[in-house]
Amino acid sequence: MKLLLLPCVLLLAACSSAPVQPWERGNLARPDMAWDTDPLHSAMRDHVNVSKEGSSGGLNTGGGGCGCY
Amino acid sequence: MRKARFKKYLPLLLALLCGASNGLQAAPAPDFTLPRLDDSAPVSLSALRGKVVYVDFWASWCAPCTVALPEMDQLRRDLHARGFEIIAINLDESADDALRFIQRMGLSYPVVTDLAKTTPQAYAVSGMPTAFLIDRHGELHSTHTGFRPGDSAKIRKTIEQLLQETPP
Repeated sequence: MKLLLLPCVLLLAACSSAPVQPWERGNLARPDMAWDTDPLHSAMRDHVNVSKEGSSGGLNTGGGGCGCY
Repeated sequence: MRKARFKKYLPLLLALLCGASNGLQAAPAPDFTLPRLDDSAPVSLSALRGKVVYVDFWASWCAPCTVALPEMDQLRRDLHARGFEIIAINLDESADDALRFIQRMGLSYPVVTDLAKTTPQAYAVSGMPTAFLIDRHGELHSTHTGFRPGDSAKIRKTIEQLLQETPP
């Protein structure tokens, strides 16, 4: 049991990660790393989706005005 | 007895309150000597003792920096003759990115680079951009994290107050 404990502790210690410093965020700041690369395009796509899928709740919740679910 | 004890600790309380309102307690600014991006003579903070210095940490990928640098350049042009200087410390991983950015901006103040990133650690930089205002005595006066259009007006007021101090 004690022999198992040491590798477990070492494995857990290896899980720690150093925080990214503010000056190390150059790659994260690249446009292709953005969560949403084109907000205007996303807004237009969402608008179309809500218009077409409004009866099923659009982008928000399942279920429309019919009270199906 | 209780009053006497209060009087004893009053200066300490006032000092703490003053420190909290400034954001920084008066402490000597960590000195540095860094090479310029254009490979000309290195810049040393201690050589600027007697001036009000604005140490600005920035990078070319940082969006608010593109707002801050031209506004601060105008401030430097206005107040340089009265004893104000800016040192912009670039923290890009590639100096070429920074050089391209500076050539586009046409800045008048010294821009240095710290590839080892020891200076931002010494100043405990918490975000980009972060700037430190250092008074004529070489002590940290205040810090400014982030930058919005118009922030330079507030910074100008503080700098003008510091410029009124007599040099050591």
